[in-house]
Amino acid sequence: MTNAALIWSYLTEGPLLWLTATLLAYWAGDTFFRAMGRQSWANPVLCAVIILACVLGVTGTSYQTYFEGAQFVHFMLGPATVALGMPLYDNLHRVKKALLPLIAALLAGSITAVVSALAIAKAFGLSEVMLASLAPKSTTAPVAIGIAEGLGGEPTITAVLVLVTGIFGAIIATPLLNALKITDWRARGFSLGVAAHGIGTARAFQVNETAGAFAGIGMGLNAVLTAIIAPLALYLFQ
Amino acid sequence: MIPALSIILIFQLVGEIATRSLDLLLPGPVLGLLLLVLSCSLRPALAELLRPVVNGILGHLSLFFVPAGVGVIAHLGQFRSDGLAVAVALAVSTALAIAAGALVFCAVVKWMGGPRE
Repeated sequence: MTNAALIWSYLTEGPLLWLTATLLAYWAGDTFFRAMGRQSWANPVLCAVIILACVLGVTGTSYQTYFEGAQFVHFMLGPATVALGMPLYDNLHRVKKALLPLIAALLAGSITAVVSALAIAKAFGLSEVMLASLAPKSTTAPVAIGIAEGLGGEPTITAVLVLVTGIFGAIIATPLLNALKITDWRARGFSLGVAAHGIGTARAFQVNETAGAFAGIGMGLNAVLTAIIAPLALYLFQ
Repeated sequence: MIPALSIILIFQLVGEIATRSLDLLLPGPVLGLLLLVLSCSLRPALAELLRPVVNGILGHLSLFFVPAGVGVIAHLGQFRSDGLAVAVALAVSTALAIAAGALVFCAVVKWMGGPRE
């Protein structure tokens, strides 16, 4: 018993345990996702998060302790964003050909995301801090946090809202776009990237290479546009 | 693998330094993304060097969101009073934004009379 406790205390001091747990949880989530025939509700990120949250809860581990191990995985978000340039490079000729639809869809998606979220939140009587934290939720996490801080929002709340938006968008995109009878992979991917940033982009890549490439473009462009739109929209709702 | 990984990290590093020193609103990695596209356009050989590593990273893009996702659980308590309102705002606005983006894209393609691909 003492031995097990000693081993446990050794493991909780280094990053090995929680790094391994993160990869195992994702592996399990991805296996489940494939076993379910890549259904959107079986989102591997959501599965992995639920598994890890249960493990942390059962073992009484704090998020800080967990993150010391998981930070190596988290760090890869930066290089992964850079790597998204490759599908953009591969599709440059198609981007040039679809420039006008891309710009129109970017404006429509971005403005809808910010304005409708603020209108609903305002109707429910949420505080101004909450409105400012909510406004940039469709854009990628580092940008959203920067925008929210500038508007007087709460960065940790924004981080949560961004993730929930991404997971929700990734889950509903396929059924929603099927119901709307959208068959153009460019439109499907791009609108998901604009509305649900990197998690939506990851989902788009799982479905179709072209959709993934256009989702990456949508995410990148919306990061810039939301920085302009969010302050304007927030001003309207205050 | 090492040259490709180094080059990707250098793009991110240059992006971070540039956005911070110039006070740009763009996050460093997004500028790194643009640098990658620009560099590959100037030197197509670079794209072939980077491709295997890039494909490896993008093949598991979802994995990298897991640690931050676990953080959501740690902060759920903050939403006890506003939970419903926030959930409705997120769900409705995200669905509307996806629909609006996709419908406008298709409408403009149709209006231009372009190929539907």
